[in-house]
Amino acid sequence: MRRSALRAVAAAMAAAMLRPLQLLAGGWNKAAFDARAVADALRGIGVTATESGDKIVFKAPEIAENGAIVPLEIASHIPGTQAIYILVDKNPQPLTAVFEFADGAEAFVATRIKMAESSGVRVVARAGGKFYATMRDVKVTIGGCGA
Amino acid sequence: MADPMKIRAQLQGDLADVKILIFHPMETGLRKDGVTGQIVPMHFIQTLTAMHNGRTVLEAQWSMAVSKNPFLHFRVRGAKPGDKIMVGWVDNRGGKASIEATLN
Amino acid sequence: MNSDLFANSIFLALSLLACSWIAPAVAGPDRDRASMVALFKGKFGGIALEEYVNGAMMLSPDAKAQFDTIMEFPPFQGEIDKGRTLWEKPFANGSTFSGCFPDGGRNVAGKFPYFDEASGKVVTFEMAINRCLRENGEHGFDYGDKEAMGLLTAYARTLSDGMRVNVVVNGPAAHRRYQAGRAFYFRRIGQLNLACASCHVTYAGNHFRDEIISPAIGQTTHFPVFRAGDNLHTLHMRYQRCMEAMRAVPLPAGSEEFNDLEYFHSYLSNGLPMRASVYRK
Repeated sequence: MRRSALRAVAAAMAAAMLRPLQLLAGGWNKAAFDARAVADALRGIGVTATESGDKIVFKAPEIAENGAIVPLEIASHIPGTQAIYILVDKNPQPLTAVFEFADGAEAFVATRIKMAESSGVRVVARAGGKFYATMRDVKVTIGGCGA
Repeated sequence: MADPMKIRAQLQGDLADVKILIFHPMETGLRKDGVTGQIVPMHFIQTLTAMHNGRTVLEAQWSMAVSKNPFLHFRVRGAKPGDKIMVGWVDNRGGKASIEATLN
Repeated sequence: MNSDLFANSIFLALSLLACSWIAPAVAGPDRDRASMVALFKGKFGGIALEEYVNGAMMLSPDAKAQFDTIMEFPPFQGEIDKGRTLWEKPFANGSTFSGCFPDGGRNVAGKFPYFDEASGKVVTFEMAINRCLRENGEHGFDYGDKEAMGLLTAYARTLSDGMRVNVVVNGPAAHRRYQAGRAFYFRRIGQLNLACASCHVTYAGNHFRDEIISPAIGQTTHFPVFRAGDNLHTLHMRYQRCMEAMRAVPLPAGSEEFNDLEYFHSYLSNGLPMRASVYRK
Protein backbone atom coordinates (compact mmCIF):
# COMPACT_ATOMS: atom_id res chain seq x y z
CA MET A 1 0.00 0.00 0.00
CA ARG A 2 2.63 2.44 1.13
CA ARG A 3 5.01 1.32 -1.58
CA SER A 4 2.44 1.70 -4.34
CA ALA A 5 1.56 5.17 -3.09
CA LEU A 6 5.20 6.13 -3.24
CA ARG A 7 5.41 4.70 -6.72
CA ALA A 8 2.44 6.79 -7.82
CA VAL A 9 4.06 9.93 -6.44
CA ALA A 10 7.31 9.09 -8.21
CA ALA A 11 5.47 8.54 -11.49
CA ALA A 12 3.64 11.83 -11.16
CA MET A 13 6.89 13.64 -10.43
CA ALA A 14 8.59 12.00 -13.41
CA ALA A 15 5.70 13.01 -15.68
CA ALA A 16 5.88 16.59 -14.46
CA MET A 17 9.62 16.70 -15.01
CA LEU A 18 9.46 15.22 -18.51
CA ARG A 19 6.48 17.14 -19.82
CA PRO A 20 8.42 20.18 -21.04
CA LEU A 21 10.93 17.99 -22.81
CA GLN A 22 8.24 16.52 -24.99
CA LEU A 23 7.46 19.98 -26.36
CA LEU A 24 10.84 19.83 -28.01
CA ALA A 25 10.23 16.66 -30.01
CA GLY A 26 11.28 17.43 -33.55
CA GLY A 27 12.67 20.79 -32.45
CA TRP A 28 16.17 20.15 -33.76
CA ASN A 29 17.00 21.94 -37.01
CA LYS A 30 18.55 19.00 -38.86
CA ALA A 31 19.10 20.77 -42.17
CA ALA A 32 21.01 23.62 -40.54
CA PHE A 33 23.08 21.37 -38.26
CA ASP A 34 23.94 18.95 -41.10
CA ALA A 35 25.16 21.77 -43.38
CA ARG A 36 28.88 21.57 -44.11
CA ALA A 37 29.29 25.09 -45.46
CA VAL A 38 28.75 28.22 -43.38
CA ALA A 39 26.50 29.73 -46.07
CA ASP A 40 24.24 26.66 -46.02
CA ALA A 41 24.11 26.65 -42.21
CA LEU A 42 23.15 30.35 -42.20
CA ARG A 43 20.47 29.70 -44.82
CA GLY A 44 19.25 26.82 -42.67
CA ILE A 45 18.57 29.14 -39.75
CA GLY A 46 16.90 31.72 -41.99
CA VAL A 47 19.71 34.25 -42.29
CA THR A 48 19.81 36.07 -45.61
CA ALA A 49 21.53 39.32 -44.70
CA THR A 50 23.22 40.42 -41.48
CA GLU A 51 23.73 43.80 -39.86
CA SER A 52 26.62 44.88 -37.67
CA GLY A 53 26.80 43.01 -34.39
CA ASP A 54 28.68 45.72 -32.52
CA LYS A 55 26.11 45.56 -29.72
CA ILE A 56 26.97 41.91 -29.12
CA VAL A 57 29.59 41.40 -26.41
CA PHE A 58 31.35 38.20 -27.41
CA LYS A 59 34.15 36.85 -25.23
CA ALA A 60 36.28 34.11 -26.80
CA PRO A 61 39.90 33.09 -26.29
CA GLU A 62 42.52 34.40 -28.70
CA ILE A 63 44.36 31.11 -28.43
CA ALA A 64 42.26 28.21 -27.19
CA GLU A 65 44.14 26.28 -24.51
CA ASN A 66 42.55 23.10 -25.87
CA GLY A 67 40.20 22.75 -28.84
CA ALA A 68 38.14 20.26 -26.83
CA ILE A 69 37.00 22.94 -24.42
CA VAL A 70 36.78 26.47 -25.77
CA PRO A 71 34.80 28.71 -23.41
CA LEU A 72 32.54 31.33 -25.02
CA GLU A 73 30.42 34.03 -23.41
CA ILE A 74 27.86 36.05 -25.38
CA ALA A 75 25.64 38.94 -24.32
CA SER A 76 23.48 40.72 -26.87
CA HIS A 77 22.59 44.34 -26.08
CA ILE A 78 20.38 44.58 -29.16
CA PRO A 79 16.87 45.35 -27.85
CA GLY A 80 14.44 42.50 -28.29
CA THR A 81 17.06 39.82 -28.93
CA GLN A 82 15.16 36.55 -29.37
CA ALA A 83 17.92 34.15 -30.33
CA ILE A 84 21.68 33.68 -30.41
CA TYR A 85 23.45 31.32 -32.83
CA ILE A 86 27.06 30.07 -32.67
CA LEU A 87 28.85 28.92 -35.82
CA VAL A 88 32.43 27.69 -36.19
CA ASP A 89 33.48 28.24 -39.81
CA LYS A 90 36.05 25.47 -40.05
CA ASN A 91 34.33 22.77 -38.01
CA PRO A 92 33.01 19.88 -40.16
CA GLN A 93 29.49 21.14 -39.42
CA PRO A 94 29.67 24.86 -38.61
CA LEU A 95 26.38 25.36 -36.74
CA THR A 96 27.16 24.54 -33.12
CA ALA A 97 24.38 25.95 -30.98
CA VAL A 98 21.08 27.83 -31.14
CA PHE A 99 19.64 29.57 -28.06
CA GLU A 100 16.08 30.92 -28.17
CA PHE A 101 15.11 33.26 -25.31
CA ALA A 102 11.63 33.93 -23.94
CA ASP A 103 9.76 35.23 -20.92
CA GLY A 104 12.43 37.06 -18.95
CA ALA A 105 15.57 35.23 -20.04
CA GLU A 106 18.38 37.68 -20.68
CA ALA A 107 20.04 37.52 -24.09
CA PHE A 108 23.09 36.07 -22.41
CA VAL A 109 24.71 32.67 -22.60
CA ALA A 110 28.04 31.09 -21.74
CA THR A 111 29.03 27.62 -22.88
CA ARG A 112 32.02 25.54 -24.03
CA ILE A 113 32.54 24.18 -27.52
CA LYS A 114 34.89 21.94 -29.50
CA MET A 115 36.99 23.32 -32.33
CA ALA A 116 38.79 21.14 -34.86
CA GLU A 117 41.28 23.83 -35.91
CA SER A 118 41.91 27.57 -35.86
CA SER A 119 38.80 29.27 -37.19
CA GLY A 120 36.53 32.22 -37.19
CA VAL A 121 33.75 31.83 -34.64
CA ARG A 122 30.57 33.66 -35.60
CA VAL A 123 27.82 34.81 -33.31
CA VAL A 124 24.52 35.79 -34.88
CA ALA A 125 21.74 37.45 -32.87
CA ARG A 126 18.13 37.60 -34.07
CA ALA A 127 16.00 40.57 -33.04
CA GLY A 128 12.80 41.88 -34.62
CA GLY A 129 13.20 39.68 -37.69
CA LYS A 130 16.72 40.97 -38.38
CA PHE A 131 20.05 39.23 -37.91
CA TYR A 132 23.17 40.82 -36.44
CA ALA A 133 26.57 39.16 -36.70
CA THR A 134 29.99 39.41 -35.10
CA MET A 135 33.06 37.24 -35.36
CA ARG A 136 36.26 36.38 -33.48
CA ASP A 137 39.27 34.48 -34.71
CA VAL A 138 40.23 31.72 -32.31
CA LYS A 139 43.57 29.99 -32.76
CA VAL A 140 43.62 26.30 -31.89
CA THR A 141 46.88 24.43 -31.33
CA ILE A 142 45.42 21.25 -29.81
CA GLY A 143 42.43 20.17 -31.93
CA GLY A 144 39.24 19.14 -30.20
CA CYS A 145 37.95 16.39 -32.49
CA GLY A 146 39.66 13.57 -30.66
CA ALA A 147 37.69 14.53 -27.57
CA MET B 1 27.77 8.67 -12.26
CA ALA B 2 25.28 9.24 -9.57
CA ASP B 3 23.79 12.43 -10.98
CA PRO B 4 23.36 12.98 -14.72
CA MET B 5 23.64 16.73 -14.21
CA LYS B 6 24.28 19.49 -11.70
CA ILE B 7 22.71 22.90 -11.26
CA ARG B 8 23.77 26.02 -9.37
CA ALA B 9 21.19 28.78 -9.28
CA GLN B 10 21.77 32.06 -7.44
CA LEU B 11 19.37 34.91 -6.96
CA GLN B 12 20.92 38.38 -7.38
CA GLY B 13 18.12 40.87 -6.87
CA ASP B 14 15.45 39.73 -9.34
CA LEU B 15 18.01 38.01 -11.55
CA ALA B 16 18.40 34.23 -11.43
CA ASP B 17 21.95 33.34 -12.42
CA VAL B 18 21.94 29.67 -13.44
CA LYS B 19 24.86 27.40 -14.25
CA ILE B 20 24.44 23.79 -15.26
CA LEU B 21 26.86 20.97 -15.94
CA ILE B 22 25.66 17.83 -17.72
CA PHE B 23 27.62 14.59 -17.60
CA HIS B 24 27.38 13.48 -21.21
CA PRO B 25 30.02 12.14 -23.65
CA MET B 26 28.97 14.41 -26.55
CA GLU B 27 30.49 11.97 -29.03
CA THR B 28 31.06 13.55 -32.43
CA GLY B 29 30.99 10.26 -34.35
CA LEU B 30 34.49 11.14 -35.60
CA ARG B 31 36.52 9.82 -32.67
CA LYS B 32 38.18 6.40 -32.67
CA ASP B 33 38.21 4.37 -29.48
CA GLY B 34 41.81 4.24 -28.22
CA VAL B 35 41.60 0.53 -27.39
CA THR B 36 39.40 -1.04 -30.09
CA GLY B 37 40.24 1.36 -32.93
CA GLN B 38 36.52 1.47 -33.78
CA ILE B 39 34.71 4.73 -34.49
CA VAL B 40 32.69 5.72 -31.43
CA PRO B 41 29.12 6.35 -32.62
CA MET B 42 27.67 9.83 -32.53
CA HIS B 43 25.97 10.51 -29.19
CA PHE B 44 25.13 14.08 -28.28
CA ILE B 45 22.50 16.29 -26.69
CA GLN B 46 20.29 17.88 -29.35
CA THR B 47 17.79 19.93 -27.39
CA LEU B 48 17.69 21.56 -23.98
CA THR B 49 14.92 23.49 -22.29
CA ALA B 50 15.05 25.75 -19.26
CA MET B 51 11.89 26.70 -17.38
CA HIS B 52 11.13 29.27 -14.73
CA ASN B 53 8.15 28.20 -12.60
CA GLY B 54 6.98 25.97 -15.43
CA ARG B 55 7.29 28.55 -18.21
CA THR B 56 9.90 28.06 -20.92
CA VAL B 57 12.56 30.76 -20.79
CA LEU B 58 15.30 29.20 -22.91
CA GLU B 59 15.33 26.57 -25.63
CA ALA B 60 18.65 25.41 -27.01
CA GLN B 61 19.60 23.20 -29.93
CA TRP B 62 23.11 21.81 -29.96
CA SER B 63 25.41 20.03 -32.37
CA MET B 64 28.01 17.40 -31.41
CA ALA B 65 30.55 20.25 -31.19
CA VAL B 66 29.38 21.33 -27.75
CA SER B 67 32.11 20.10 -25.36
CA LYS B 68 31.95 16.82 -23.46
CA ASN B 69 30.19 17.33 -20.12
CA PRO B 70 28.44 20.45 -21.41
CA PHE B 71 28.34 23.64 -19.40
CA LEU B 72 25.62 26.26 -19.79
CA HIS B 73 25.24 29.59 -18.01
CA PHE B 74 22.11 31.69 -18.46
CA ARG B 75 20.15 34.39 -16.62
CA VAL B 76 16.46 34.98 -15.99
CA ARG B 77 14.87 38.29 -14.92
CA GLY B 78 11.81 38.58 -12.71
CA ALA B 79 12.83 35.85 -10.31
CA LYS B 80 12.17 35.74 -6.57
CA PRO B 81 12.95 33.48 -3.63
CA GLY B 82 11.12 30.16 -3.81
CA ASP B 83 10.92 30.19 -7.62
CA LYS B 84 11.87 27.01 -9.41
CA ILE B 85 14.31 26.70 -12.29
CA MET B 86 14.19 23.45 -14.22
CA VAL B 87 16.52 22.35 -16.99
CA GLY B 88 16.04 19.22 -19.10
CA TRP B 89 17.67 17.79 -22.21
CA VAL B 90 17.19 15.10 -24.83
CA ASP B 91 20.00 13.48 -26.85
CA ASN B 92 20.05 11.96 -30.33
CA ARG B 93 19.34 8.48 -28.94
CA GLY B 94 16.35 9.60 -26.92
CA GLY B 95 18.30 9.74 -23.67
CA LYS B 96 17.02 12.47 -21.36
CA ALA B 97 17.40 13.94 -17.91
CA SER B 98 16.29 16.97 -16.00
CA ILE B 99 17.11 18.78 -12.81
CA GLU B 100 15.39 21.43 -10.72
CA ALA B 101 16.64 24.07 -8.31
CA THR B 102 14.74 26.34 -5.96
CA LEU B 103 15.97 29.92 -5.75
CA ASN B 104 16.73 31.33 -2.35
CA MET C 1 69.16 31.79 -24.74
CA ASN C 2 72.58 32.95 -23.59
CA SER C 3 71.06 34.91 -20.78
CA ASP C 4 69.19 31.81 -19.64
CA LEU C 5 72.34 29.75 -19.60
CA PHE C 6 73.98 32.55 -17.68
CA ALA C 7 71.07 32.68 -15.24
CA ASN C 8 71.24 28.96 -14.74
CA SER C 9 74.94 29.02 -14.06
CA ILE C 10 74.32 31.69 -11.44
CA PHE C 11 71.66 29.49 -9.90
CA LEU C 12 73.90 26.46 -9.90
CA ALA C 13 76.76 28.50 -8.49
CA LEU C 14 74.55 29.80 -5.69
CA SER C 15 73.34 26.28 -5.02
CA LEU C 16 76.87 24.94 -4.90
CA LEU C 17 77.81 27.70 -2.50
CA ALA C 18 74.90 26.70 -0.36
CA CYS C 19 75.95 23.07 -0.32
CA SER C 20 79.64 23.49 0.27
CA TRP C 21 80.00 26.57 2.44
CA ILE C 22 76.95 26.52 4.63
CA ALA C 23 76.03 23.71 6.97
CA PRO C 24 73.63 21.78 4.74
CA ALA C 25 71.50 20.63 7.66
CA VAL C 26 70.14 24.16 7.93
CA ALA C 27 70.83 26.24 4.90
CA GLY C 28 70.69 23.89 1.90
CA PRO C 29 66.99 23.80 1.11
CA ASP C 30 66.43 27.40 2.20
CA ARG C 31 69.28 28.62 0.06
CA ASP C 32 68.15 26.46 -2.87
CA ARG C 33 64.72 27.93 -2.72
CA ALA C 34 65.92 31.51 -2.21
CA SER C 35 68.26 31.36 -5.18
CA MET C 36 65.53 29.86 -7.37
CA VAL C 37 63.10 32.57 -6.26
CA ALA C 38 65.75 35.18 -7.11
CA LEU C 39 66.31 33.63 -10.52
CA PHE C 40 62.58 33.60 -11.33
CA LYS C 41 62.07 37.13 -10.00
CA GLY C 42 64.73 38.14 -12.50
CA LYS C 43 62.83 36.41 -15.30
CA PHE C 44 59.26 37.25 -14.35
CA GLY C 45 59.73 40.63 -12.71
CA GLY C 46 56.65 41.84 -10.89
CA ILE C 47 54.65 38.63 -10.99
CA ALA C 48 53.83 37.70 -7.38
CA LEU C 49 55.17 34.36 -6.21
CA GLU C 50 51.60 33.23 -5.42
CA GLU C 51 50.81 33.44 -9.13
CA TYR C 52 53.37 30.71 -9.81
CA VAL C 53 50.78 28.10 -8.83
CA ASN C 54 49.16 28.90 -12.18
CA GLY C 55 52.24 27.69 -14.01
CA ALA C 56 52.58 28.90 -17.58
CA MET C 57 49.18 30.59 -17.32
CA MET C 58 50.72 33.29 -15.12
CA LEU C 59 52.31 34.59 -18.32
CA SER C 60 49.12 34.45 -20.39
CA PRO C 61 46.01 36.35 -19.26
CA ASP C 62 44.14 34.74 -22.19
CA ALA C 63 44.93 31.22 -20.89
CA LYS C 64 44.21 32.23 -17.28
CA ALA C 65 40.78 33.62 -18.26
CA GLN C 66 39.92 30.26 -19.85
CA PHE C 67 41.10 28.47 -16.73
CA ASP C 68 39.02 30.69 -14.46
CA THR C 69 35.81 30.18 -16.42
CA ILE C 70 36.36 26.44 -16.72
CA MET C 71 37.00 26.21 -12.96
CA GLU C 72 33.64 27.91 -12.25
CA PHE C 73 32.01 24.58 -12.97
CA PRO C 74 34.71 22.17 -14.11
CA PRO C 75 33.78 19.42 -16.58
CA PHE C 76 35.50 16.95 -14.22
CA GLN C 77 33.30 17.82 -11.21
CA GLY C 78 31.74 14.36 -11.50
CA GLU C 79 35.18 12.77 -11.04
CA ILE C 80 35.81 14.77 -7.86
CA ASP C 81 32.37 13.66 -6.64
CA LYS C 82 33.35 10.02 -7.23
CA GLY C 83 36.46 10.67 -5.11
CA ARG C 84 34.28 12.07 -2.35
CA THR C 85 32.16 8.90 -2.40
CA LEU C 86 35.35 6.85 -2.04
CA TRP C 87 36.56 9.08 0.81
CA GLU C 88 33.28 8.83 2.72
CA LYS C 89 32.64 5.11 2.18
CA PRO C 90 33.25 3.26 5.46
CA PHE C 91 35.82 0.45 5.59
CA ALA C 92 34.70 -3.07 6.55
CA ASN C 93 35.44 -2.15 10.18
CA GLY C 94 33.20 0.93 10.00
CA SER C 95 36.00 3.53 10.12
CA THR C 96 36.62 6.04 7.33
CA PHE C 97 39.61 7.83 5.81
CA SER C 98 38.79 10.99 7.74
CA GLY C 99 39.52 9.11 10.99
CA CYS C 100 43.15 8.64 9.92
CA PHE C 101 43.96 12.33 9.60
CA PRO C 102 43.85 15.30 11.96
CA ASP C 103 40.71 17.41 11.57
CA GLY C 104 39.13 14.79 9.33
CA GLY C 105 41.75 15.39 6.64
CA ARG C 106 41.26 19.15 6.36
CA ASN C 107 44.39 21.23 5.80
CA VAL C 108 46.81 18.34 5.99
CA ALA C 109 48.12 17.79 2.45
CA GLY C 110 50.44 20.82 2.58
CA LYS C 111 52.60 19.08 5.19
CA PHE C 112 53.30 16.23 2.78
CA PRO C 113 55.67 14.82 1.86
CA TYR C 114 57.42 14.62 5.19
CA PHE C 115 60.47 12.68 6.31
CA ASP C 116 59.78 9.81 8.68
CA GLU C 117 62.77 9.20 10.98
CA ALA C 118 61.58 5.72 11.98
CA SER C 119 61.53 4.31 8.45
CA GLY C 120 64.18 6.68 7.08
CA LYS C 121 61.86 7.40 4.18
CA VAL C 122 59.84 10.19 2.67
CA VAL C 123 56.11 9.78 3.28
CA THR C 124 53.74 11.16 0.66
CA PHE C 125 50.06 11.92 1.20
CA GLU C 126 49.26 8.91 -0.97
CA MET C 127 51.39 6.69 1.31
CA ALA C 128 49.45 8.01 4.30
CA ILE C 129 46.23 7.03 2.47
CA ASN C 130 47.55 3.52 1.99
CA ARG C 131 48.72 3.30 5.59
CA CYS C 132 45.20 4.29 6.62
CA LEU C 133 43.74 1.52 4.47
CA ARG C 134 46.10 -1.12 5.88
CA GLU C 135 45.63 -0.05 9.47
CA ASN C 136 41.94 -0.60 8.92
CA GLY C 137 42.38 -4.06 7.46
CA GLU C 138 41.95 -2.99 3.83
CA HIS C 139 44.23 -3.42 0.82
CA GLY C 140 46.29 -0.41 -0.22
CA PHE C 141 45.66 1.26 -3.59
CA ASP C 142 48.07 1.03 -6.48
CA TYR C 143 49.85 4.40 -6.75
CA GLY C 144 49.24 4.43 -10.49
CA ASP C 145 45.52 3.58 -10.27
CA LYS C 146 43.56 6.57 -11.52
CA GLU C 147 40.20 5.10 -10.53
CA ALA C 148 41.19 4.48 -6.90
CA MET C 149 44.17 6.55 -5.69
CA GLY C 150 43.64 9.13 -8.43
CA LEU C 151 39.96 9.82 -7.78
CA LEU C 152 40.31 9.55 -3.99
CA THR C 153 43.09 12.12 -3.85
CA ALA C 154 41.26 14.31 -6.42
CA TYR C 155 38.76 14.84 -3.63
CA ALA C 156 40.88 14.36 -0.49
CA ARG C 157 43.48 16.92 -1.55
CA THR C 158 40.77 19.55 -2.12
CA LEU C 159 40.17 19.38 1.65
CA SER C 160 43.50 21.22 1.90
CA ASP C 161 42.66 23.91 -0.67
CA GLY C 162 43.98 27.23 0.57
CA MET C 163 46.49 25.62 2.93
CA ARG C 164 50.04 26.91 2.51
CA VAL C 165 52.63 24.36 1.49
CA ASN C 166 54.72 23.61 4.56
CA VAL C 167 57.28 20.93 3.79
CA VAL C 168 59.94 20.48 6.47
CA VAL C 169 63.47 19.22 5.91
CA ASN C 170 65.06 18.66 9.31
CA GLY C 171 68.14 16.65 10.24
CA PRO C 172 70.80 14.88 8.21
CA ALA C 173 68.68 11.87 7.17
CA ALA C 174 65.91 14.12 5.84
CA HIS C 175 68.54 16.16 4.02
CA ARG C 176 69.81 13.08 2.25
CA ARG C 177 66.33 12.39 0.84
CA TYR C 178 65.93 16.06 -0.12
CA GLN C 179 69.33 16.02 -1.83
CA ALA C 180 68.42 12.81 -3.66
CA GLY C 181 65.28 14.51 -4.98
CA ARG C 182 67.23 17.62 -5.88
CA ALA C 183 69.82 15.56 -7.74
CA PHE C 184 67.01 13.89 -9.72
CA TYR C 185 65.62 17.30 -10.70
CA PHE C 186 68.99 18.45 -12.04
CA ARG C 187 70.21 15.15 -13.53
CA ARG C 188 70.19 14.85 -17.32
CA ILE C 189 68.42 11.68 -18.42
CA GLY C 190 66.93 10.06 -21.50
CA GLN C 191 67.79 10.19 -25.16
CA LEU C 192 67.21 13.93 -25.24
CA ASN C 193 69.72 14.41 -22.41
CA LEU C 194 67.47 16.77 -20.49
CA ALA C 195 66.96 17.34 -16.79
CA CYS C 196 63.69 18.52 -15.22
CA ALA C 197 65.62 21.71 -14.47
CA SER C 198 66.68 22.17 -18.09
CA CYS C 199 63.14 23.20 -18.92
CA HIS C 200 61.57 24.27 -15.64
CA VAL C 201 64.51 26.28 -14.27
CA THR C 202 66.70 27.30 -17.20
CA TYR C 203 63.98 27.81 -19.80
CA ALA C 204 61.00 28.51 -17.53
CA GLY C 205 58.87 31.16 -19.18
CA ASN C 206 60.29 30.49 -22.64
CA HIS C 207 58.23 29.17 -25.51
CA PHE C 208 58.65 25.56 -26.54
CA ARG C 209 56.71 25.18 -29.80
CA ASP C 210 53.30 26.60 -28.79
CA GLU C 211 53.83 26.04 -25.08
CA ILE C 212 55.10 28.34 -22.40
CA ILE C 213 57.27 26.40 -19.94
CA SER C 214 56.18 26.60 -16.30
CA PRO C 215 58.64 27.38 -13.49
CA ALA C 216 59.70 24.73 -10.94
CA ILE C 217 58.17 26.74 -8.10
CA GLY C 218 54.41 26.23 -7.84
CA GLN C 219 54.31 23.00 -9.83
CA THR C 220 53.34 20.63 -7.01
CA THR C 221 50.54 22.71 -5.48
CA HIS C 222 47.57 21.65 -7.60
CA PHE C 223 47.69 17.91 -8.28
CA PRO C 224 45.88 15.84 -9.33
CA VAL C 225 45.15 17.88 -12.45
CA PHE C 226 42.52 17.17 -15.06
CA ARG C 227 43.81 17.65 -18.57
CA ALA C 228 41.74 18.37 -21.66
CA GLY C 229 38.47 18.14 -19.78
CA ASP C 230 38.43 15.13 -17.47
CA ASN C 231 41.68 13.20 -17.90
CA LEU C 232 43.17 12.79 -14.42
CA HIS C 233 46.94 12.97 -13.79
CA THR C 234 48.50 12.63 -10.36
CA LEU C 235 51.86 14.31 -9.71
CA HIS C 236 53.70 11.01 -10.18
CA MET C 237 51.81 10.34 -13.42
CA ARG C 238 52.90 13.80 -14.55
CA TYR C 239 56.51 12.91 -13.70
CA GLN C 240 56.08 9.82 -15.86
CA ARG C 241 54.82 11.89 -18.81
CA CYS C 242 57.81 14.24 -18.35
CA MET C 243 60.20 11.29 -18.43
CA GLU C 244 58.55 9.98 -21.60
CA ALA C 245 58.91 13.43 -23.15
CA MET C 246 62.62 13.32 -22.24
CA ARG C 247 62.78 9.90 -23.96
CA ALA C 248 63.57 8.18 -20.67
CA VAL C 249 61.94 5.06 -19.24
CA PRO C 250 59.41 6.29 -16.65
CA LEU C 251 59.77 5.13 -13.06
CA PRO C 252 56.71 3.65 -11.34
CA ALA C 253 54.25 5.94 -9.56
CA GLY C 254 54.98 5.70 -5.85
CA SER C 255 58.65 4.77 -6.35
CA GLU C 256 61.15 6.04 -3.79
CA GLU C 257 62.89 8.10 -6.46
CA PHE C 258 59.64 9.92 -7.20
CA ASN C 259 58.91 10.31 -3.48
CA ASP C 260 62.31 11.96 -2.95
CA LEU C 261 61.77 14.09 -6.05
CA GLU C 262 58.37 15.16 -4.72
CA TYR C 263 59.98 16.05 -1.39
CA PHE C 264 62.48 18.43 -3.01
CA HIS C 265 59.97 19.66 -5.57
CA SER C 266 57.27 20.41 -2.96
CA TYR C 267 59.76 22.18 -0.71
CA LEU C 268 60.31 24.71 -3.52
CA SER C 269 56.62 25.67 -3.25
CA ASN C 270 56.69 26.29 0.51
CA GLY C 271 54.36 29.13 1.46
CA LEU C 272 52.25 28.89 -1.71
CA PRO C 273 48.52 28.08 -1.50
CA MET C 274 47.36 24.58 -2.36
CA ARG C 275 44.48 24.04 -4.77
CA ALA C 276 43.89 20.48 -5.94
CA SER C 277 41.98 19.18 -8.94
CA VAL C 278 42.43 22.00 -11.37
CA TYR C 279 42.10 22.19 -15.13
CA ARG C 280 45.13 22.00 -17.35
CA LYS C 281 44.99 21.94 -21.13
